[in-house]
Amino acid sequence: MENGNSTPAKAEVLLSIQGLSKRFDDTLAVDNVSLDIHKGEIFALLGGSGSGKSTLLRMLAGFEAPNAGRVLLDGEDVTAMPPYLRPTNMMFQSYALFPHMTVEQNIAMGLKQDKLPKNEIRNRVEAMLTLVKMESFAKRKPQQLSGGQQQRVALARSLAKQPKLLLLDEPMGALDKKLRTEMQLELVEILEQVGATCLMVTHDQEEAMTMASRIAIMAQGRIAQVGSPVDIYESPNSRMTAEFIGSVNIFEASIREDESDSITLESAALDAPVFIDRGVSTPAESTATLVALRPEKVYLSSEKPAGDTNWSRGTVDNIAYLGDISCYYVKLASGQRVQATMANVERRGERPTWGDTVYVSWEASSPILLWN
Amino acid sequence: MARKPTRSPLMERVRAVLFHRRVVFGIPFLWLLLFFLLPFALVLKISFSSAVMAIPPYQPVFSFVDNTVSVVVNFSNYLFLMSDSLYIAAYWGSVKIAFVSTLVCLLIGYPMAYAMARASARIQLVLLLMVMLPSWTSFLIRVYAWMGILGNQGLLNNLLLWLGIISEPLKMLNTNVAVVLGIAYAYLPFMVLPIYTNLVKLDVRLLEAASDLGCRSLTTFWTITLPLSKAGIIAGSMLVFIPAVGEFVIPELLGGPDTLMIGKVLWEEFFNNRDWPVASSLAIVMLALLLIPIVLFHRLQTREMEKDG
Repeated sequence: MENGNSTPAKAEVLLSIQGLSKRFDDTLAVDNVSLDIHKGEIFALLGGSGSGKSTLLRMLAGFEAPNAGRVLLDGEDVTAMPPYLRPTNMMFQSYALFPHMTVEQNIAMGLKQDKLPKNEIRNRVEAMLTLVKMESFAKRKPQQLSGGQQQRVALARSLAKQPKLLLLDEPMGALDKKLRTEMQLELVEILEQVGATCLMVTHDQEEAMTMASRIAIMAQGRIAQVGSPVDIYESPNSRMTAEFIGSVNIFEASIREDESDSITLESAALDAPVFIDRGVSTPAESTATLVALRPEKVYLSSEKPAGDTNWSRGTVDNIAYLGDISCYYVKLASGQRVQATMANVERRGERPTWGDTVYVSWEASSPILLWN
Repeated sequence: MARKPTRSPLMERVRAVLFHRRVVFGIPFLWLLLFFLLPFALVLKISFSSAVMAIPPYQPVFSFVDNTVSVVVNFSNYLFLMSDSLYIAAYWGSVKIAFVSTLVCLLIGYPMAYAMARASARIQLVLLLMVMLPSWTSFLIRVYAWMGILGNQGLLNNLLLWLGIISEPLKMLNTNVAVVLGIAYAYLPFMVLPIYTNLVKLDVRLLEAASDLGCRSLTTFWTITLPLSKAGIIAGSMLVFIPAVGEFVIPELLGGPDTLMIGKVLWEEFFNNRDWPVASSLAIVMLALLLIPIVLFHRLQTREMEKDG
């Protein structure tokens, strides 16, 4: 799994979405979306409900016709192609297994439409059953299977025709949490084994980050940011993405000194100035900005940190003990609350408690500047 | 120290619920017993009797004379039914006409139900009302209307004559075709409604999945929609076929001299010949004949449920 590595520069574009829009009555569900999906990658469309991600997926499958824009698949314009001709296959959130057919017949359904010879179909179905480890369930009906087993069958059915592009609609949506983590890794393994290019839609950021090599954040019908999980988490380009993925502390600040290799800012919420040890391109017209800090990059100490930048004083307002980590909420003098997480490395170690006066501090590389 | 058995409030509640449940289930059972099982028992009893000129016009099956209860079970009516080819022909004729009518109903009703299930929610309500609306007028009047349409001087013949398609009136009324038409018309809602209820529940995502896997609309219909609406088709067919076999009014009014249906024969035995025992045994045999498809259907259904469960 190349999770975290940015995709190679020479990656071949398989699916090209160009200015796609879809209007339902008065609402623009998908608003001028352009996106390139590379051959062999697992790409996740991440967004809340109503973000337009499912509508986009349904347009790619051919179930909805776009009002504007084009879809190119492997160089071919498929915008107006009906679903039954498209070289894409979809795994539905509810799996949509045919209840009157056995597992075998479900998987063979797509192959039969291609008028393949009988023994070829049989071989392909067998190979698919082996791939998803469901060989012993071939003769069962879908309702005799558990949720996880149904998902395997749905996956096998959508992979059987060796689609150029596999579409996954909330692939883990119908599974319980424990099974979900297990299946995420197994699904990625299977997809890599067959070398499928895959576009998945999910509202679960953990799922997107575990499975996908690239993620697009969708909100209000638009793509807010595209990038690898690391890019999206460590370099969000807007307050929306920063807040959507993980937790974040955000302070209003203004630029005091803007050098080519560093930047110093002042924030009314913090006791000391913020110093960032890298150059940031700033828009000329305004000095106002937002400083974002991830909670795991905020340290807590009872003594005042060395140096006169990147710290602030406050009192512990609340603590959430989560086992592996503890989450501290520190109330600053300015009244703003800062969230800091600490790994519980020591068993029952000395840790700040409610009402303690503490200092929050961070590395000069940690803060992110956001402009909106 | 033994604990004194107390009646807990929970137990009281449970008892009350069980009592209410018994009442709720009991009422329909009582209804069936009074108005279905009892009349059936009477008919069964009369079918084992023999006809006499008296009131009532049959010999008692049970009698109490000289301190002896005697039960006279007379099978001659049933043997008589076997020996006279008229009755067998009438049964066969009923089954044939009912079968053809059911088929006609299915061919007209399925597309209707399909269109209704696919229509928008508001249109669905209107269509549903239109299917049921004719049943609000008298059944007899609607059958008479068909006499007006199909008669030699009827609407249809006049229209065809006026259009110049035919030069002399077609004989449509008083034929088996008219009977089939009448039955199909009268029982169409019973075919449409179960199929509609079934199709409306069909998950559209299954159709999308089929389309996604390469099925064109017609293939999707044959491989997904039709097999999944099997229960609706069977239920609708039963609801049409069973009453159609015993139908009396429609063959009487629309049928001709060669329309031989068991309902008519039964009527004649009962009212014209005043042979209650033979009429009763005819009814019992008809019931037995109808029970066969019902039992088969039920067995099929339970087997399928066991298989899926």
